[in-house]
Order: sequence, then C-alpha cells, then structure tokens
Amino acid sequence: MAGDVHHDYHLVDPSPWPAVASLAVLFMMVGAVFSMKPEATLFGAQGASFGHWFFGAGLLGTIYSMFAWWKDVVKEAERGDHKPVVRIGLRYGMILFIASEVMFFVAWFWAFFGAAMYPLHHISDMGTFWDVISTDAAWPPAGVETFDPWHLPFMNTLILLLSGTTVTWAHHAILHGDREGLKKGLWCTVLLGALFSCVQVYEYAHAAFAFSGNIYGATFFMATGFHGFHVLVGTIFLAVCLGRAYRGHFKPDHHFGFEAAAWYWHFVDVVWLFLFIFVYVVYGGTPH
Amino acid sequence: MAAHGNPTGWRRWVYSTNHKDIGVMYLWFAFIAGMIGFGMSGLMRMELAEPGVQFLPSFLGITEDHARHMFNVLTTGHGLIMVFFMVMPALIGGFGNYFVPLMIGAPDMAFPRMNNVSFWLMPPAFILLLLSTMVEGAAGMNGFGGGWTAYAPLSTIGHPGPSMDLAIFSLHVAGASSIMGAINYITTIFNMRAPGMTIHKMPLFAWSILITAFLLVLSLPVLAGAITMLLTDRNFGTTFYNPAGGGDPILYQHLFWFFGHPEVYIMILPAFGIVSHIVSTFSKKPIFGYLGMAYAMAAIGFIGFVVWAHHMYTVGLDVDTKAYFVAATMVIAVPTGVKIFSWIATMWGGSIKFEVPMLYAIAFILLFTVGGVTGVVLSNAGADIVLHDTYYVVAHFHYVLSLGAVFGIFAGMYYWIGKMSGKQYPQFLSKLQFWITFIGVNTIFFPQHFLGLQGMPRRYVDYPDAFAYYNKISSIGYEITAVGVLLFIVVMAKTLFFTKKTVADNQWGEGATTLEWTLSSPPPFHQFNELPHIK
Repeated sequence: MAGDVHHDYHLVDPSPWPAVASLAVLFMMVGAVFSMKPEATLFGAQGASFGHWFFGAGLLGTIYSMFAWWKDVVKEAERGDHKPVVRIGLRYGMILFIASEVMFFVAWFWAFFGAAMYPLHHISDMGTFWDVISTDAAWPPAGVETFDPWHLPFMNTLILLLSGTTVTWAHHAILHGDREGLKKGLWCTVLLGALFSCVQVYEYAHAAFAFSGNIYGATFFMATGFHGFHVLVGTIFLAVCLGRAYRGHFKPDHHFGFEAAAWYWHFVDVVWLFLFIFVYVVYGGTPH
Repeated sequence: MAAHGNPTGWRRWVYSTNHKDIGVMYLWFAFIAGMIGFGMSGLMRMELAEPGVQFLPSFLGITEDHARHMFNVLTTGHGLIMVFFMVMPALIGGFGNYFVPLMIGAPDMAFPRMNNVSFWLMPPAFILLLLSTMVEGAAGMNGFGGGWTAYAPLSTIGHPGPSMDLAIFSLHVAGASSIMGAINYITTIFNMRAPGMTIHKMPLFAWSILITAFLLVLSLPVLAGAITMLLTDRNFGTTFYNPAGGGDPILYQHLFWFFGHPEVYIMILPAFGIVSHIVSTFSKKPIFGYLGMAYAMAAIGFIGFVVWAHHMYTVGLDVDTKAYFVAATMVIAVPTGVKIFSWIATMWGGSIKFEVPMLYAIAFILLFTVGGVTGVVLSNAGADIVLHDTYYVVAHFHYVLSLGAVFGIFAGMYYWIGKMSGKQYPQFLSKLQFWITFIGVNTIFFPQHFLGLQGMPRRYVDYPDAFAYYNKISSIGYEITAVGVLLFIVVMAKTLFFTKKTVADNQWGEGATTLEWTLSSPPPFHQFNELPHIK
C-alpha cells in the first residue's frame, strides 16, 4: 500500500491516545468539579468521597497520554515521516496555536484594563449599597500595596529577556551543527526559565494583597498566574528539547521541534513584557 | 502506514486517523445530540402550548416551582446542545472533515491524529453538559437555568451547586476540541491544496470552513478566559464579575459576546458554503461572482468581530458606543446581500432541477433572508430596547439558525449522502420530509415575531392569556416539525440500511464540478494517493 502513495503528506497510523486522553479528561473534569464542591453529590455519592481521586486519576491519564502521544510524534519525526511539506504544516499549526493563546491572554488583559482604566466606573449615584464600594474609585484600589516594578519584577524581566538570547544561541548552534553549543544554550534557557518561576513564587508569597475578595488581586494573580503556567509549559518544552539534544536529535536543516519550543518561549516572553509594562509599571500605582 | 493497511472493527473508529471516518462519527454524534436538543425544545413547546404551568409538573412529576426552574434548564440545555453539540459538529466536524480534503484534492487532514482528539473530546464534553442537568444548580434544584449565555451573577452566586461548574468545563472541553479542529482546517487548506488549486480556485465550501476556522481560533480562547473567570469567581473568591470586590458583571457580557457574535457566523458560514455548491450544481451554472462570494464571507467574518455589543444595548452603554455598534452591525447586511443576490443570480437563467438538496437550499435563501432582515431591525439600538429579550429575538435567531444553519445541514445531508454512503435517498419520502419540515418550522417561528412585538419575554415558563393564540400555533408547528424529523430518520434509515449501492461517481451531472465528484461513491479509504492536478 505504501508503494502506491505518490505524495509526501503524513498519513498517521491509527492511535489510541486521542480516545484515551479524552476519557482521562472526562474523569479529570468531573473530579475537578467535585473537588471544588466536596459537599455536593453526584448520583448519591458525595463529592469529597471521589472528587480528588477522579481528578488525580484523570490528570495522570491526561499527562500520560500527552507523553505517549508526543513520544510517537518524536519517533515519527526521527524515522522521516516529516517531509518538508509536513514541516510547513507543523509551522502553520504552531503559529495558529500561539495565536489562540494570544487570544486567551486578551481575555485577561481585557479584565485588567477594564478594571484599571475605568475603576468602578459604573458606580455613581446609585444609593447606599453602592456607596460602600464606590468610596474610592482609584487604581490600584485603596488599601492595595503593589509591588515595586523596579525590584524583583524588573530582575525577572531581565531573566526572561536573557533567556530569549540563550535560546537563540542554542538555535544558531543547531544551524551550525554545534551540539555542545546547543546543549549549553538550552541548559541556560531552562535554568533561566526555572529561575524566573522561583522568583515569581517568592514574589507571590510576599504579596501584600489577597487573591480573593478584590479585583486587583483577581486580575494580578490570574494574569500573571496564567503567564507563570505558560512559563512552566515552555520550560518543560525546552527541557524535552534538551533531552532530545542529548539523544542526538535535531539536524541543521530539520529541527522543528526545537523551533516550536523557541517560538513558544518568545511568545511567553512577549506576554511578560506586556504584563510588566502595564500591570507592574503603568497601572502599578505608587509602590509602598 | 505500510504493513497493517486499513484498521477494522472498533479500532477503526476509536483509533481513527481517517478524515472520512472521523467526519462520519461527527455526523452521528451531531444526530444524537440534535435529537436530545430537539426533545428539549419539545418539552418547552408543550409547556408553552397553554398559559399556566401544567405540562412539565405532570410530565416530569415535579413541583410547580421546580418546573419553573426546569423550563430554564431546558432553554439553557437546548441552546448549548444545538450550538456546540449539533450545528458545529455537523457542519464543521462532519461535512468539513469529510469534504474539505476531498474538495481541495488532499489525501487527509494535516494532523489526522489531532483530528481524532477533536472528535473524541466531544462525547466527554457532552456528558459533562448532561451531568450538569442532573446535579444541584440553583439552591435545592437541579441544573443550570441561566441560559446558554450564562450571564453573571446568575451563573456565579445565582447557582451555587456544581451544575454550573460542570457546564463551564463542558464548554472548556468543547472549546479545546474546536480550537484544535480549527487549527487543523486552516493548516490543511493552506498547506495541502492539490497542485494548481490556488486559493482563488478553491471551492466555496472550503473557503467557508477556512474563514470559520479563523473565527474559531480567535474567538473561542476569549470565551475560555471568560468562563475561567466565572469558575474562579464561583470557587476561589475572585471578584471579576462581582461589584462588591470592584469587579463588573458587564465584563462577562463583553467577553462572552466577543466570542458569541463570531460564534453565530461560525454556525452559518459553512451553511453558506454548502448552499453555494448546491445552487450552482442544480442550476447547472458556475456560482455567480465567485470571488465576491468568497470575500463576502471573509468580510462577514471580519466585521463579526467588531459588533459584539449589539447584544448588550440594554446594559447602559453610552449613546456614542451604541451608535457605533448600530452602524457596524448594519454594515454586515452588505456582504450578506452580496451572497443572497449572487445565489439568485446563479439561479437566474440556469437550468434548475428541484432535487431535494436544491429545495433545502432555496428554502435556506428565503428563510435566512427573513432572519437577516429581522436582524437589521434588531440592530437598531432604539428598537432593540423594546425588543430585547422578547420572542422577536427568538424568532430572529431561529430563522437564521434553525431555518438557516439547520437547513444547511439538511441540504448537505441530501446533497452528499449518496457520495458518503453510495446509496440514494428515496425521492418521494424525502420531498415529503422537506415540505413537512418547511411548513412545521415556519409555523413554530413565524408567529413568534408577533409574540415578541406584543412584548412576550423569552426564557419564561408561563405567559398572560393574551399570548395564548400564537403560542398554541407555535406549539402545533412543533408537532408538525416533529413529524418532519421522524420522517428524516425514516428517510436516512431507508437510505442507509434498505437501499443498494448504486450511486455513480458524479450523481448530479455536469453541474457538480468539485473534486469529490471525481471519486467513487463512497470514496476509497485513502483518496488521492496520486494528487490531482488542477488546470
């Protein structure tokens, strides 16, 4: 059958992972709901009795299917299924995925800008209930002590920008067939990514405002938190590339797995620049 | 590929990496979900057949208070199911999967394995939604009754039970499925067109799926963000939509409709594509103004992103903002008009054959125009203050969706069932099915314009006696439609299970010019091992 095929497209073998992942996602989601609502019942079973188990099992199943799936992708890449036309398709796919991620962050920036540029704008002369919350229409809201952007946040900005240069170093190393340079560049990038996450965790632990109960904490933690999650994903992506570099993968003319990780990393970097400029600097108020 | 050839048994479907098999699974899924969604609307219409609250309490054996809530759960479930689990899987997942690769001369989709996860995420999403109707939502009652739009605060503090959380995750999962599907279509269409098929020679259905896919990639993530904020407001104490913590419930409406308005074009554009093929085929003429048709869809998709607040005229937008959204919304009528008139111009002077798909396509043009025109009425911020949340809106969007998008699905089924199965539908029964459905749906929805103009609010279980007459007619219309739907099941069962394979490669003759008609009926498991060359 393969002999009859006169095109370079990749007709993928049947795979169990999509269906396994979907089943795992079902358990993960039901488990998540009943972990958040432990008092509630599903068909007579109390949430607390099964929520965490479902969530944990579903999460493990999802992560395992992702691992197995991408392992197959790497295997296919290494055995030559990714002809030039397929690699172009992978590029389109990654660009579009990043575009969808950008739109995801649009939602969080929308919430942030709405709250920061028009704080409590809809509350005017609407009576006593509203007076309670319209006592101060300032941003940041009264009582919120913000971070000094030129302290740890600025250092984190420099860390991420530096990691953008080290990933470019690694890329150039691939292009020149310099495996040692690739490993060094990637090691630097992964470590800088991990360092960024550590600093972020430290900063969260020292925040003078709460996650719940106020719009500042909500927009700050959810926007920077989702960014942090993306840093984590990007770091793992780059770490996988590092592992592949040790196994001898990536050729000067064929290394899209690395490029996708690098694109993703730059995307994460740019999101951070927007966060830094607008959340920390422009609408960060006067830090105490 | 090589050694094992074509998989068989359950693995062929569950492990599938074949766009036609996945398309067929999508169509079956849409059919099952559609039956459930249609059943829900039946319960609503039976309740609304008479003033008072009597049908739901006796039929479901619940108290009147529960019945009032249950009615809202039904409107919510009906809306979400029809949008996310019937129309989108049928038009995009089903026909898109099956026919886009065939039409552009590609052997499969760009990412066949991701294609399968797009499909297989749909049943879990649907199960999550169904579960949400069976657990506590509003205090002491089951299910979420806040409408498919799920506005805060009804979706935050209004429904403390896990029902809403399940619905939120249902949308997350369905959204992830759609985003992956959309990325797959765009990549397939950009990267896998046969040699010689430039983008300006590509069939209009492929164009419609391409534009739909862009709308999906750019709008769904915003919904994901919006409902994630709902989730954290509900469970982790954030105050995105809670004024007591400096948040804003209107933010939810902005985010929702930034997704929600493109979503309505996501549902209708593929139907536009199907109708273009059918009108051209059965008029035995190339489509009039092909490029204009393609770019009209692109224009509709683009403008669709900048009109969202016309769903929010009553929230207290300032008058300049309203003026902008009125003007921008009305502009959509221009490219839409280009499409309507180009379909008519295609038929003009054509050698028209009134096969069943053509009947559905012509009905689509007629009924979509009715829905489009009432849309222009509603786009006026002034008029909308009166009509907002009345049955006029219900009539409007059912004309563009139930009688537009769904007629597109029916048209596509009749047009392509011979290609997909190799078997032809029975002529007389199918024409009967069309006419009964046509009469039924118009009987349901046309009187609802009058109800809306008289001020009957939507999403409510009961109404004053003054609205009884048109409600009765509307409910009778549902019964007629139910006969049409049952007949559709009979027609499809007869076609698929009691008919021999006799369909020729090109059953519609010289009017059908796209590449799927050059293949056998049904097409081989893997087509185009030798890529076709387009002149």
